[in-house]
Amino acid sequence: MNRANLKHLTSPLIDNNPITLQMLGVCSALAVTTALDTALTMSLALIAVLTVASTAISLIRRHLPSSIRLVIQITIIASLVIVTDQLLRAFAFEISQRLSVFVGLIVTNCIVLGRAETFAMRNPVWPSFLDGLGNGLGYGLILMLVATIRELLGSGSLFGMNVVPLASEGGWFQPLGFMLLAPSAFIIIGLLIWIIRTRRPTQVEADEYPILSRRLRGGS
Amino acid sequence: MSDFSPTSWWRRFLALPNESRTKTLGVAFIVALVAATTVSVTSVMLKPRQQVHIDAAREAKLAAMIATLPGLADIMRETGAETLEAVIVDLQTGQIDGTLEAAEFDFLAAQTDPLQATALLPEADIAGIRQRPNLAPVYLLQGSDGLALVVLPVYGKGYQSTIRAYLALEGNLNTIAGLSIYEQGETPGLGSRITDPAWLGLWSDKEAADAQGEITITVVRGAAATSSEVDGITGATRSATGVANLVRFWMGPQGYGPFLTRLKAGEF
Repeated sequence: MNRANLKHLTSPLIDNNPITLQMLGVCSALAVTTALDTALTMSLALIAVLTVASTAISLIRRHLPSSIRLVIQITIIASLVIVTDQLLRAFAFEISQRLSVFVGLIVTNCIVLGRAETFAMRNPVWPSFLDGLGNGLGYGLILMLVATIRELLGSGSLFGMNVVPLASEGGWFQPLGFMLLAPSAFIIIGLLIWIIRTRRPTQVEADEYPILSRRLRGGS
Repeated sequence: MSDFSPTSWWRRFLALPNESRTKTLGVAFIVALVAATTVSVTSVMLKPRQQVHIDAAREAKLAAMIATLPGLADIMRETGAETLEAVIVDLQTGQIDGTLEAAEFDFLAAQTDPLQATALLPEADIAGIRQRPNLAPVYLLQGSDGLALVVLPVYGKGYQSTIRAYLALEGNLNTIAGLSIYEQGETPGLGSRITDPAWLGLWSDKEAADAQGEITITVVRGAAATSSEVDGITGATRSATGVANLVRFWMGPQGYGPFLTRLKAGEF
């Protein structure tokens, strides 16, 4: 693997992360991160779908009529999502019940279609495979980070294993119920973005509608 | 001759300009074919494995529902009954079919097999199931003073899926002891609220039929006023009505009605 290809794999982890930089896939990131096991299953499902979809679309990219390009991409992605969902129902029934619709909703996850449209359509198979894998890992990384914080503070456990003594069982830790609600994920993702952009100032976007100072507006 | 060989035909197809009509239709067809085949093959191959999980979930639901019924654990302890007694019932005559072993009877297969089911007239088919199996399992629990509980497996159409449930009746065969939905595919967050334990709990102690034997149980908009009405769910009107319809159907003459009449008359 040469350096350019390696970059396809590593840059989506932090520098070009689909969630914290591109703000895609946030909906599922809010929904499945109350516990680490659901977040991990969801991440693996998305990595599988994204990698295979990018590879498949890149394989046939030279023969895709542009008029039906999106329809073909969505057909491939939707089929892969159904296959993944069926596999989960067969081999991880209990967790697939807890994920309910969110595996099925990978179809509408903008990361998958976004990578297909902006990368796999224009690049050879190997870089597309790495790009899909890298973006999936980038998504998974954020999910695991958020889920670790939420499960630890919200339930005092990691992967369902109790790690701090709970107040209800005579310990000192009072779980924060707020962490189990969706808004907490918004706040955690916001803090993550803040940390990343402080370390990497190039990610800071220019203000589209800056607040003008009084002098520039012309007084009064 | 080489012009007619599949490889050269394929090569000419690929060489077509991408925007040509033939290629557009061809690519769409091939992708759809491959995608449909993949999905179908996976689905068929994984079905048995998924069914094992669904069956286990159903058993657990039945056990959980029995656990929530008041006093049932006491009855079971008194009589020393480990589980419910399962019998196979001929729905047409209402007789118990003693020739079949309940454990070996496949109720799910009987629902779709035309040889084991009777087609229903549209006006009789209030549960939307089109055909009704000829035989169905029933679970009975005898208490110290006669029949304590009857559990009927029921199903019917909701808004967009088949709803499958267990309906438990008390010893008088009219009061609903509990309702437990173990399988449904209604809209998540809306119709799927029919599985909410709080709503299912509303069915307990309702009367399925009035004094004349007319089946009156129904789901109403807003709050229930009588003992044969259950509160509706906002946003899940059709799913909740589907549940009411399937209860009415299976309590009625096309469902377990004949069997319940015989049971009430003390025939067994």
